[in-house]
Parts: sequence; structure tokens; C-alpha cells
Amino acid sequence: MRSHHDMGGEPAGPVNMAEHDYDPWEKRIDAMFSLLVQEKRLMRVDELRRGIESLEPNAYETLTYYERWIASIGKILVEKGVLDQAEVDARIAEIEQRPDAELEA
Amino acid sequence: MTDHAHLRHGVKDNHYKRLAIAVRELLIEKGVVTEDEIATFMARMDARSPELGARMVARAWVDPEYKKRMLADGSAAAEELGIAVDGTLLVVVENTEDVHNLFVCTLCSCYPRTILGLPPDWYKGREYRSRVINEPRAVLREFGTDIADGIELRVHDSTADMRYLILPQRPAGTEGWSEDRLAKLVTRDSMIGVSLPLRPDQLDQLEHAAE
Repeated sequence: MRSHHDMGGEPAGPVNMAEHDYDPWEKRIDAMFSLLVQEKRLMRVDELRRGIESLEPNAYETLTYYERWIASIGKILVEKGVLDQAEVDARIAEIEQRPDAELEA
Repeated sequence: MTDHAHLRHGVKDNHYKRLAIAVRELLIEKGVVTEDEIATFMARMDARSPELGARMVARAWVDPEYKKRMLADGSAAAEELGIAVDGTLLVVVENTEDVHNLFVCTLCSCYPRTILGLPPDWYKGREYRSRVINEPRAVLREFGTDIADGIELRVHDSTADMRYLILPQRPAGTEGWSEDRLAKLVTRDSMIGVSLPLRPDQLDQLEHAAE
């Protein structure tokens, strides 16, 4: 069966030409991933894609581009044993207690 | 963050921002990466823009030998101008009187980032990725680009390890121009293939508008 990310040739509406400048938090995810791939050799680009493709089918509709990226990166790093799911969850819970102002732009 | 952005992103977005912070903090605490290394990669990303690709195109327009090398091995031609390609294979395809090329990544968002910087939103979006391989002429028209029926369209689909760059045709009326001046005609979209390079009169207009 054709997977949801494999959209070449599917019908779709007009191209939306609106562009946005990348936010710092988006760039930070991108930089961290490039570092993991190019210098640390802990991930590969194909793995990022596999992680994104295995998100729920409506991830393309409900998540933004870098939200999909970090969801995939987190999942792959846990899969590889670099991170532990429980410690990631605990850290997110701890970060939730921090004021919103500490979240990055 | 502005109030507007808060409204736009809402709480859901904050979950992924928290995930991003959690992953980064844990990787730093474990000694996998450092804050400085991430900063270095961010600076490297910010330094990459379509100006790099425009330099390659302008060089190819004035130097037939360089153009030959570029079409034979895009990665080496980039490195020849001091532009790093980070291990990806760069394939340069040339537009001619008979063939117009453009590229896409139907499966995700592979893009010649080292040469053009980060991709525009539409490049990553469903509409472009879905439609451009079946109805490239219609998609090009949405970009304001009319390609005559007699000209063959070739759409190239990128992969994680292989990225494309389009070498547009040199616009008429630019005989004797310097490489630097020529590079100003080379837009990002003309190197993706969804637009043509600026004509000299369009560049004049832009420069007047900027004054």
C-alpha cells in the first residue's frame, strides 16, 4: 500500500506561495539534526524520514514541518538507545512547569 | 514571541517545543553534543543562501570549461568555488532551447540546502510535491512561468543523498556583463526551475525600486 507521505501525482490544490522566515527554535532543531548526522554519525537523513513516515497518517495535516522533525528525531534517538523514553517524558513534564516565557521563540 | 504567534501556534506547538528542549538538554547533559557545536551549525546554516548557487550559475555562464565540469560533477564544481556540499551528491541539469528542467522532492523535502539555504515553505508542501510531476505546466503557471508547449519539461525527483540544481539559460541582452552582475539575475526560484532568471530590464526595475 502506498504510504501517506508518498504523495507524488496525487491531486491537490493550488501551490500556496506564502513563505515564512524560520524561527530560532526551528533552526535549532535543524542545526542539532545536522550535527548528529554529519559529525556525530548518530543519525542518517533516511532515518529522519523513516521516523516522519511512521508518525500517524495525519501528521502532515496536524503538525508543522519542524514539529514532525523533532517528533522523528526523538523517536529515532530512543530507538537507538541514545535517549530513554522515560527520561524524555520526565524532562518534558519538568519543562511544562517552567514559565512559558522560557520556551524559545 | 509575539501574541500573534501565540495565537497561531497555541498549546499543541508548545508540546513540540518542549520536546525539542528536552532532547537538546539531554543530549548536552550526556555529552553527546555541546551548545557551542549547535551554535556553530546554526551559523553555518545562516551563511547559506541562494547567492552561493547564483555564483556557480554566473561562473558557468561566462566559463564554458567550468560549465562542463559543473554538469559532469556538481559537487566538485561547488567545492571548486569554496562551497561545501556536506557529502551529498549535487547534480546540475541545464536548461536549453528545447528542455526546461525543475526539481521536487515528492517523498519529503530534500533540497540543495548547502547551495540555496533552507527550502521555501511551498517546496515542502503537499500541493507542489503532489502536483508538479503530473501537471508541471499548470504548476509553473501558478509561479507566473509560461513554458511554450514545444519545450519539453523534465521534473527531477530528489533523494536524501542526491540533490539537484538547475542551470538556467543565460538571459538575452547580457553580453559582456561581469560575473557579479550576472549573478544578480539568478534567483532562487530560477535554480529550482519554477521561474526563469531575471531579464536585464527586470533587474533594472528592482534596483530602481530599492533606491
